[in-house]
Amino acid sequence: MNLVDVEGLSVRYGARTVLSHVSLGVAKGEIVTIVGPNGSGKTSLLRAIIGAVKPAQGKVTRGADVKIGYVPQKLHIDETLPMTVTRFLNLPHSVAAEDIQAALTQAGVPNLSKSQLSQLSGGQFQRVLLARALIGNPDLLLLDEATQGLDQRGSASFYQQIEAVRQETGCAVLMISHELHVVMSASDRVICLNGHVCCEGTPAVVASAPEYRALFGTGTGGALALYQHDHDHNHDHAEAAE
Amino acid sequence: MLDDFMVRAALAGIGVAIAAAPLGCFVVWRRMAYFGDATAHAAILGVALSLAFSMSVFIGAMAVALIMALTVNLLSGRGYAMDTLLGVLAHSALAFGLVAVSFLSGIRIDLMSYLFGDILAVSRGDLGVIWSGALLVVLLIGWRWSALLTSTLNEDLAYASEINPKREQLVLTVALAITVAVAIKVVGVLLIAALLIIPAAAARPLSRTPEGMAVAAGAIGMLSTVIGLRAAYVLDTPAGPSIVCVAAITFLISSTLKSALSTRS
Repeated sequence: MNLVDVEGLSVRYGARTVLSHVSLGVAKGEIVTIVGPNGSGKTSLLRAIIGAVKPAQGKVTRGADVKIGYVPQKLHIDETLPMTVTRFLNLPHSVAAEDIQAALTQAGVPNLSKSQLSQLSGGQFQRVLLARALIGNPDLLLLDEATQGLDQRGSASFYQQIEAVRQETGCAVLMISHELHVVMSASDRVICLNGHVCCEGTPAVVASAPEYRALFGTGTGGALALYQHDHDHNHDHAEAAE
Repeated sequence: MLDDFMVRAALAGIGVAIAAAPLGCFVVWRRMAYFGDATAHAAILGVALSLAFSMSVFIGAMAVALIMALTVNLLSGRGYAMDTLLGVLAHSALAFGLVAVSFLSGIRIDLMSYLFGDILAVSRGDLGVIWSGALLVVLLIGWRWSALLTSTLNEDLAYASEINPKREQLVLTVALAITVAVAIKVVGVLLIAALLIIPAAAARPLSRTPEGMAVAAGAIGMLSTVIGLRAAYVLDTPAGPSIVCVAAITFLISSTLKSALSTRS
């Protein structure tokens, strides 16, 4: 029994189809990474899983009593909204003080409980978001490009934190990333998305898959190739070499 | 006690200040200031219609304010920028309202009292309406407080917690319409937004949590009412604008205080 099953999911915004016939499942305790170029529907997939967008086709099934912790892509806190970290972690439901401290410790920021959200650094903020997602011991963590705006060291240490959390709590992780090289080593499974599932498998399998290479190129230059990707790609070695 | 018009005026102002405080905080946090303005301006059309059909002004103003707010909700994100949309709707509603009022030749109405409020003429009945409306708004926002805050922070965060941010937006819209309707008598349609925004903005530098800010905004609103009324009495100035002036001075003081403190530390 998977924690979450996505079957034949299509998502449309108006006339624009961003996802078509995507199927995937996340089993207990595994780390699944979704990679794909900008506009490939990664965020829409996550939003469909949390129920923020309605599928045009297909369905998303959550296992019974599966708790989801969600870390959004970015969170803009308006300057006019005063909010301490503790208050933020008590939203929308109030939580025992020890649970808050435990979540902050797990996320690697044990001393921030009294800080104002607007005064945190990027890395601290992401960890506070992670702490909020960890409250209530989720079975599945969803992370949407959680390291956007962090430098390379910052994001590497953030992903180490995620791995540590997974080891400690055994929760599954479904995350989106464009930072392939940092993420892939930690993942059990990688799904390459470009409006549809191009290919999936273990990091090694995906890295050598022709579909993946067509999307990202080969070698360490791959991360750059991502932004030059053309949507009408052809799953073909010869094309990839261009 | 209620026989004294000054006491009734103070109670009316305090009632509106209590409703405006938590709502005003959301208006500030969600950058809905212009939305509040638009809803209030539309209310003048409601006033005209209710006078024409000899209905309660409160009901008419609330109905039109609600329709206005819902229309804006519905139309937002459909091709026009929000401020353009609000500008068109708010000012045309105000203009149609003013024109409609001019047709009401049979009834003598003092338009100024609806544009700028007539807090000194608040009757016992008005007081009942204002306090019931204020109570309703406070209960509504209090009931949805956590859900409203979560959706204000981030819509996806709300969805992930099984909160529908669209429904919460509707709650705010309804609360706004009620507040506009009860505040017309106190400050008039032109200054309602001031009563929503200024106490909340003045409370911001003094607060560390959203709840603290709402309470501080309430205190500042009530204080402004009492001092403003007193000033109006002594200086023989219009009461509604005097209240807003005091609130504005509070804002000035609290923001100066904050910047003075933050440069020292």
